[in-house]
Amino acid sequence: MKFVFQFARIVGFSLLGEVLATVLPLPIPASVYGLLLMVAALRLGWLRLDQVREAGLFLTGIFPLLFVPAASGVMELGSQLAQVFVSVVIAIIPITALVMAVTGCVAQRCTAGREVPHHE
Amino acid sequence: MSEFLQNCGSWGVFATLAAYALGVLINRKTKLAIFNPLLMGSIFMIVFLRCFAIPYTDYSTSAAPVNWLLGPATVSLAIPLYEKWDLLEKNVGAILAAILAGVITSLGSVLIMAHLLKMEYANAVTLLPKSVTTAIGMGIAETLGGTAALAGAVIILTGIAGSLLAETVCKVCHITDPIAKGLALGTSAHAVGTSKALEMGEVEGAISGLAIAVAGVLTAVLAPVAATLL
Repeated sequence: MKFVFQFARIVGFSLLGEVLATVLPLPIPASVYGLLLMVAALRLGWLRLDQVREAGLFLTGIFPLLFVPAASGVMELGSQLAQVFVSVVIAIIPITALVMAVTGCVAQRCTAGREVPHHE
Repeated sequence: MSEFLQNCGSWGVFATLAAYALGVLINRKTKLAIFNPLLMGSIFMIVFLRCFAIPYTDYSTSAAPVNWLLGPATVSLAIPLYEKWDLLEKNVGAILAAILAGVITSLGSVLIMAHLLKMEYANAVTLLPKSVTTAIGMGIAETLGGTAALAGAVIILTGIAGSLLAETVCKVCHITDPIAKGLALGTSAHAVGTSKALEMGEVEGAISGLAIAVAGVLTAVLAPVAATLL
């Protein structure tokens, strides 16, 4: 039963997120609103970690699986992808590596010299 | 048969789980990063649908519950984020600087590529939000006059590429700090990258989840500016 309540709370935050995304005109998706609301609720003490933890970690644990249906949608776009094939390949491989390298190096520089605590 | 597939609510979910499980098995047996379970699972799914001439829409309708869970799963990223809150507070400057640098690099490189390849405006704006989560990125592409569906495909392919490249990029660039790794993955490869970051460690995963949100919002603000330079 604990799992059911945990899942219900998480879906409740998803729902709140969808309401906010409909009401507010910002280009922010519902799930990000939900995420921010849940962090706020946890920080403010309105929600305890043990009220969502196991169900939430189960969901984040199966994240890649959840992308399979959307990723398979690529099959529908064969001809469109073929037209822009070269630019798509450049965009997804070298540019992604570059973005990752720049972000990581800037972060590494900024945190360098600072003691990074190793949490359990 | 096709009527059964259109009305049956389980086969899409089952096929998704089976395709992904097969991907996990291959990944475990070979221990090779290229055999990424999401990549393999999606390829198996596409091959299966093609072999039996099943329309993608029949599959996506039946597998809708899986897709729907992406919402609650994204919301649940609040949990690792909350658990690592003190780390976040201590590094707020570094986190914002790194994500901003990543977003500008992403938009800037797509702009340069678009000019060099003399790309059409509609195609270029479709590629602009490629590093942010599908929910934000598809919206940006559409608003700017691109193709939402194509943007979605490019975004997911970017995520898969990012997950595959992560270990190598971190090694080559000497990115060793768990916060830096998380930021790099979340900013360049959104939620798919975050699932890789979660594999690397709790801190990596938590920070990567945060980077999705921040990079997504920054891109939503900066992409229209970048589009004027096309």
